[in-house]
Amino acid sequence: MTNAATHPPSSAFFARRRRNYRRFVIPALVVVGAVIVFPWLFTVYMSALDWKIGTTAHFVGFDNYIKLATNQRFIESIGHTFYFTLLAVVIPLVLGTIAALIFHREFPFRGLMRTIFTMPMMATPVAVALVWTMMFHPQQGVLNYLLSLVGLPPSLWVYSPTLVIPSLVLVEIWHWTPLVMLIVLGGLAALPVEPYESARLDGASEWQLFRFITLPLVMPFLIVAAVIRTIDAVKAFDTIYVISQGGPGTASETINLYLYLQAFAFYNIGNASAVVVVFFAIILALALLLLHVRQRAQWAVAA
Amino acid sequence: MSSTIAVPLPSAAPSRGRWRRLWRRIGFAFAVIVIVSPAILVFLWMLSLSLKNEIDNLAYPPVFIPDPATFKNYVQVFTENSMGLYFWNSVVVSGGATLIALLVGVPAGYGIARLQAHRLTVLILIARMTPALSYLIPLYAVFQFLGLNNTLTALVVTHLVITVPIIVYIMAGYFETLPRELEEAALIDGGSAWTLFRYVALPLARPGIVVGTILAFIFSWNNFVFGAVLAGRATRTLPAAVYNVLTFEQLAWGPLAAAAIIVTLPVLILTVFIQKEIVAGLTHGGVKGA
Repeated sequence: MTNAATHPPSSAFFARRRRNYRRFVIPALVVVGAVIVFPWLFTVYMSALDWKIGTTAHFVGFDNYIKLATNQRFIESIGHTFYFTLLAVVIPLVLGTIAALIFHREFPFRGLMRTIFTMPMMATPVAVALVWTMMFHPQQGVLNYLLSLVGLPPSLWVYSPTLVIPSLVLVEIWHWTPLVMLIVLGGLAALPVEPYESARLDGASEWQLFRFITLPLVMPFLIVAAVIRTIDAVKAFDTIYVISQGGPGTASETINLYLYLQAFAFYNIGNASAVVVVFFAIILALALLLLHVRQRAQWAVAA
Repeated sequence: MSSTIAVPLPSAAPSRGRWRRLWRRIGFAFAVIVIVSPAILVFLWMLSLSLKNEIDNLAYPPVFIPDPATFKNYVQVFTENSMGLYFWNSVVVSGGATLIALLVGVPAGYGIARLQAHRLTVLILIARMTPALSYLIPLYAVFQFLGLNNTLTALVVTHLVITVPIIVYIMAGYFETLPRELEEAALIDGGSAWTLFRYVALPLARPGIVVGTILAFIFSWNNFVFGAVLAGRATRTLPAAVYNVLTFEQLAWGPLAAAAIIVTLPVLILTVFIQKEIVAGLTHGGVKGA
């Protein structure tokens, strides 16, 4: 990008060779077209069909969408998704920021501690979910034992309709707080030193330094973390599927779980495709909303 | 870098200040322990479960330290649950999908960087936002039509959904950071676009390729739902096998924890070895992403 500004001849020089560079992209475009773009288009087409695997398909237009709009179970799954997402975005953002402030300081074994702290992020979700399933077990689970140590009554965790989503969020927090921490840590590393020095001379407290200098400056990074976290939380599947299968009943059935059941338990492909289209619209809307917030935030910082 | 953890200097300062500094250091050390322990304790508990016999695993209050430690859970998942076969399936699927993604993705990243075709990276962002299941439904229908369901081929093709975007994305970002002057110099010596790529840009891009390869491999290795839906009994990938074989066909905590460790350990080792690069790759990618 900067090259174009500082070396105009070089840019023109490369522009003449554009045709040659296009050839480099073509194989990837073919693959992306086949496994990514084609499924998108085919999904939109299938969403207009009444089609179960093994039967003949009928074209039904918007029928699947109209049915979804009045489908109580689907609408409830949207509610569960938003509840899960809200908790699974806000809590990791707060904890990740605190962790980043801690890791921004120098202390003995910082590198080792950071490696340990970021391990959950890369661990295989299914493997981790299975371990949490065992930890949540109401009778033999280690979590209820830990509660009893501090004098708290045992909990039903994922076996309780009201606690199942917060319990699943607990796994999500454990898994993804490190990613937020890393993004914010990147923001902290880029902070200028001068504002802190002058504010300290003016007698600002640590809290004031954080609130009025650090927080506004890392806000763009927090928004990025919020966007990534939102997209991933809305799409969360492995953890929920392995630990609760959407249960008890349908208490933790998110859009993604409902979609999975429609597609691969009932093989109701037309209906499932319509769910995909609505689901994607929801994700896109959430991402755009957050980007809009970011633009407003940047404007506020500039002003 | 302002640091409050300074080496305590022998000074004439009143001892009250020194006590306060000591308390602050203890408080800070406590905070570090509090944020790090959930991460490490879950893994240690996983290890503990995998090394105990079933009686100790179901004991209440829980037995924390395996005594005596036993490897029979590990032996069991390999001999009775064909964990070796599933491990090999995962290596083939993730390795194959990563290799194909490198073949098409590295040149594409180069092309995108030199064409400044940023709209192509928007496509990749949308792909990142789309739920994995939405690729699976149409691909499942197509594989059903072609008779490819339950084959490793179908799994490799589906895993390209994961590996190609990440490699293209990382490589495009990496090639953009390489100075063009070197390529221009080679061009004056009469090299073709291919020569420039092969002999100038590619060798310089090795660190980016390492990061892209490892990230693509990890994300593919960790994927559960593709294997759970598309694979047959003999073609399951590790995560799908652990879930299906060990939780549905038998419910025993020891073997389950042992299998969970077998799935996760390769990933954790890869992560630890290239810690700095992965951190840079993920955060950089993230910031550029939005």
